[in-house]
Amino acid sequence: MVIVLTEQQNGRFKNATLTAVTVGTQVARALGTQCIALVPGKANDPASLGEYGAAKVIHMDAQSLENVDSKVYTAVISDVAKREKAGLVIVSHTSTGRQLLGRLAVRFRGGFASGVSKVLVEGGKMSITRSAFSGKAIENYVLSGETVVISLLPNASPALKTGTPCPVEKLDIPIPAASVKVREVKRTEGRVPLPEANIVVSAGRGLKDPSNWGIIESLAGALGASIACSRPVADSGWRPHHEHVGQTGLAIRPNLYIAIGISGAIQHLAGVNNSKVIVVINKDPEAPFFKAADYGVCADLFEVVPKLTEALRKAHA
Amino acid sequence: MKLLVCISKTPETTAKVAFKDNGTMYDTAGVTFMLNPYDEWYALVRALELKEKSGGTVTVINVGTTEDDVMIRKALAIGADDAVRVDAAPRDAYFTASQIAAFARDKNFDLIFTGKETIDYNGSMVGGMIAEMLDLPFISYVSHLEMENGITVVTRDIEGGVEISEVNLPMVCSAAKGLAEQRIPNMRGIMTSKTKPLSIIKRVEVSPMIQDVRYTLPPQKSAVHMLQPDQMDELVRLLREEAKVI
Repeated sequence: MVIVLTEQQNGRFKNATLTAVTVGTQVARALGTQCIALVPGKANDPASLGEYGAAKVIHMDAQSLENVDSKVYTAVISDVAKREKAGLVIVSHTSTGRQLLGRLAVRFRGGFASGVSKVLVEGGKMSITRSAFSGKAIENYVLSGETVVISLLPNASPALKTGTPCPVEKLDIPIPAASVKVREVKRTEGRVPLPEANIVVSAGRGLKDPSNWGIIESLAGALGASIACSRPVADSGWRPHHEHVGQTGLAIRPNLYIAIGISGAIQHLAGVNNSKVIVVINKDPEAPFFKAADYGVCADLFEVVPKLTEALRKAHA
Repeated sequence: MKLLVCISKTPETTAKVAFKDNGTMYDTAGVTFMLNPYDEWYALVRALELKEKSGGTVTVINVGTTEDDVMIRKALAIGADDAVRVDAAPRDAYFTASQIAAFARDKNFDLIFTGKETIDYNGSMVGGMIAEMLDLPFISYVSHLEMENGITVVTRDIEGGVEISEVNLPMVCSAAKGLAEQRIPNMRGIMTSKTKPLSIIKRVEVSPMIQDVRYTLPPQKSAVHMLQPDQMDELVRLLREEAKVI
């Protein structure tokens, strides 16, 4: 069996989860088995995961699973993996997956991989592809062991509806005591969180002053994009640190990354060079970012950005 | 408090990335190494701050060869009290975590820090593995950690926000940006680092879980398509019809 740990936000399954179920189903078929979705905590319509290929949902509706306590989740997931004779357990490469992957790998004593972009099955063997050296290398290896575990990138593959709602089995097993007490969860409201955004508009020092940020907001609004920034912008307090992308900030991989007034130092590129398409707007023709870009505009950003926003609005109209 | 900080060496950010032996090994020829920034800037410095506030000791541990000693001395120069090097070339995260867990098992550390990941293999695995091996609580990507009346309050980064938790020690956590500020070793630190204890210990026998890794370089990007400022309608068309991303 292939088991996928699901995640929800605001009462809906995350896109990362729909992707994981889609990929889990594809791998399960190639292995001649099925994919089971494990749903911890309250859920609105768990049967809908069948549309993405799950053969069955195991729903554990327990209050103590509302927060991701790594010890508790590891015990529960390994219990379910044992019952279902799992050959592969998939978590998403998210804050939840990061809490769990190392523990699960030790528990299963089998192959493991984090940040996986592709799983291949050949002759009954599973091999994975992941990026290493901050996007500057691609790593491949075979996962061996009775039960292996991976964290799958949220955008590893499009989520595909290929099936119909599936049976939901309620599971009530003893859940160990919590090792951590969650006091508070604080979320910035509004935009899609950066790691989940398909489109990201990002700006750097070229913007000159925080009061100029309005043109970035307008462009992001026209695109339905999330906003990011370079390290100097976060360090000087223009923007909050959780918007900083790069080596020491967040690593993201949206479908479209628009870099405005960012030179493209190697530390910044490390956090964004896995983006599918990169647009660079910079007045310096020597900016290293142009080498990593798919499309570039070498001109004053204060002229270009409003024009691009206008062109997008016209195209939408 | 007894604090343990796991430190690793990584190639400098600007080092070239190439592979040898048929794409099975990172080619270190001409590469300069440094302490992994998450280990040095955040994990180590927060451990030192906790020690300065409430007393105790900060031990650093590294799994590596003699080449790593210069990095270990730097951690001592920044302020760690003593160091341990498990004498072994790291194989995979499981191998490394097993070595650290074997050392820490009977030492009663209150807090074990790792960086959130190493900037070369980007695995983000070792912290959780040590926690499981020692049966301790684990929090990943910690951006704040405070002691409040004997309770440890830990903030971790999650998508679009933070989660704040209370944890009883001992625990393991992986350090992210925000946890502390980088410290540059001063002359006194550098001088005393030479005489601080660095014990070299034998590895425990563990088989790695991952073998036969192959590396390739990502395909070269095709040349950038440059546009003029008055071609924004064209850029929108390209993003929509050629790149298909909007």
